[in-house]
Amino acid sequence: MSDVAHPAAPDHPATPGSAVPPDYLHDGHTLRSWLFTTDHKRIAILFALSITLFFFIGAIAISVVRLELVTPAGDLVSDDTYNKMFTLHGIVMVWFFLIPSIPATFGNFLLPLMIGAKDLAFPRINVLSWYLYVAGALLTVVTIIAGGVDTGWTFYVPYSTMFSNTAVLTAAMGVFVNGFSSVLTGVNFIATTHVLRAPGMTWFRLPLFVWAMYATSLVMVLATPVLAMTLLLIVVERWFDLPVFDASRGGDPLLFQHLFWFYSHPAVYIMVLPAMGVASELIACFARRRLFGYSFMVYALVAIAVIGFFVWGHHMFVSGQSPYANVVFSFLSFMVAVPSAIKVFNWTATLYRGSIGFDAPMLYAFGFLGLFTIGGLTGLFLATVPIDIHVTDTYFVVAHFHYIMVGGTVSAFFGALHFWWPKITGRLYPETLARIAAVLMFFGFNLTFFPQFVMGYLGMPRRYHVYPPEFQIYHVLSTSGAALLGVAYVMPLFYLIWSFRWGARAGANPWRAKGLEWQAPSPPPRDNFLTPPVVGEPYDYHPPEGPTAAEEQVA
Amino acid sequence: MDERRREIWIRPLLTWAALCVLLAATCALAYVPMGRANLAVSLAIAAAKAGLVGVVFMRLFENNPLNRLAAAAGPIWIFVMFLLLFSDYATR
Ligand SMILES: [Cu+2]
Repeated sequence: MSDVAHPAAPDHPATPGSAVPPDYLHDGHTLRSWLFTTDHKRIAILFALSITLFFFIGAIAISVVRLELVTPAGDLVSDDTYNKMFTLHGIVMVWFFLIPSIPATFGNFLLPLMIGAKDLAFPRINVLSWYLYVAGALLTVVTIIAGGVDTGWTFYVPYSTMFSNTAVLTAAMGVFVNGFSSVLTGVNFIATTHVLRAPGMTWFRLPLFVWAMYATSLVMVLATPVLAMTLLLIVVERWFDLPVFDASRGGDPLLFQHLFWFYSHPAVYIMVLPAMGVASELIACFARRRLFGYSFMVYALVAIAVIGFFVWGHHMFVSGQSPYANVVFSFLSFMVAVPSAIKVFNWTATLYRGSIGFDAPMLYAFGFLGLFTIGGLTGLFLATVPIDIHVTDTYFVVAHFHYIMVGGTVSAFFGALHFWWPKITGRLYPETLARIAAVLMFFGFNLTFFPQFVMGYLGMPRRYHVYPPEFQIYHVLSTSGAALLGVAYVMPLFYLIWSFRWGARAGANPWRAKGLEWQAPSPPPRDNFLTPPVVGEPYDYHPPEGPTAAEEQVA
Repeated sequence: MDERRREIWIRPLLTWAALCVLLAATCALAYVPMGRANLAVSLAIAAAKAGLVGVVFMRLFENNPLNRLAAAAGPIWIFVMFLLLFSDYATR
């Protein structure tokens, strides 16, 4: 990556007498210039590299689990190792990949660009957020070296406080420290959206991705402290023998579940709201349509963020929680489906009469739309108390939340990666390979997780490494799907790295998209814009009352 | 200059002293047997500390409505948490 290979961006040729600032990738070449940067774009890259590393650690852990499950007998790893592997997979994927995935990378990179700002409101807090992530991640690595942890990612008491003799403390502290990274990112995004919008960028002109980041940040700031406190209580009970959750000494184990899910259900929305923001950008752009029902999309995002706090008890229907509370939480869980459904209908309505391009980002957006819908609808099954009692702790639940988090969020993550890759690197990715990877990811995903709905409904419990032989066919299907999924995840790693060096140069706006980020050069310089961006109506893909792109083609 | 000194030194230092007194009270009262009232007293002291921080350091009385709403979100969310927690604990 020498300077020679990167002449000045062709869309902004250097004119004599005016110095064109270097793009952010070339604004300093030392390691120091990266590790001590305050540029939101560089911090986004730092986050992207670290979460990619942890994505592969989590993926290796689950590969062991899936291979073990090919046969009904426990023949690949011991039961202890199996427990540690699915725990590692959960902890790493939830807190070190999914929670920061879209906000800390694309949110960091795009939020200032999309509102016409030079950076986030607190650039140093932004880089501190990355260092806290690294500190939490290192504690997780220490946990692995210390032999791992076997409590499941949920750290349920009394097992985690009284019985497990694995590295619970370092694991819990790793997540604890990482929580502060989330809070700082959230505070930064909220402040930035309030004070750094360019002139003319009113609240109801903000792109939905920005609204999604705003709603996500609210959840991060309001929910994460409760997780921190809960994990600290585990540490206090293990270390100082303070019986907070020990029923025999006046504590209450169910209190742990209440506090844990008060964070962890909203955490689902920390993972999926950003994906909804991405889907809104991609669908509008590739359908060449104004987003249908913009204001309702905004209200729905905020409604999901708020109502998402009122539903946590649906994780506790069989815990011994009172039947009255079960009814309340069941009802509230149905409520949160309403704004989610509004969003699905509005995305679909945006496609109507659109001129749809089937480029790779749009294929991922379609994948998101279908898989999120299946995940959401099976969530309604689980919100229904009698069905939930039948399928609690089975693979039905595992399939449901993977449809949301992997089918939904990870699809959107890859959609975002391809859509904004030209902006981030200044290069175009190879379209055909990208489409193959997108389709493969969709098939691999369904092959992995659809059989899990079936076997879960038939009674296959989660977190067991030995199982009755009648479930083997579903596990074999699931594991072969996981292999396809693995290929689909590794493919972009290769062709994107290739395109970073050898890909065709992207202009400022290869997709003819309407967001402000496309008015900046690709890749943008340190201060993002060479000239102040021109703010207009959001998603201005066709005149408000005029013909759509599709109708113009017919005429 | 006097106004500035009051703002930068005296106000925060007095508040810090008050917070320390309240902290000492929490520790001391933990050893005074008051039965169930112990919990209520501890929570009241905690609320007083939070109130001091909100009024002095966060300047909530002088702030614009949006920032006050943002600060109110914390107590409102804790209220929601307790409300729904007791939908379980009060009906077991
Ligand atoms: Cu939930």
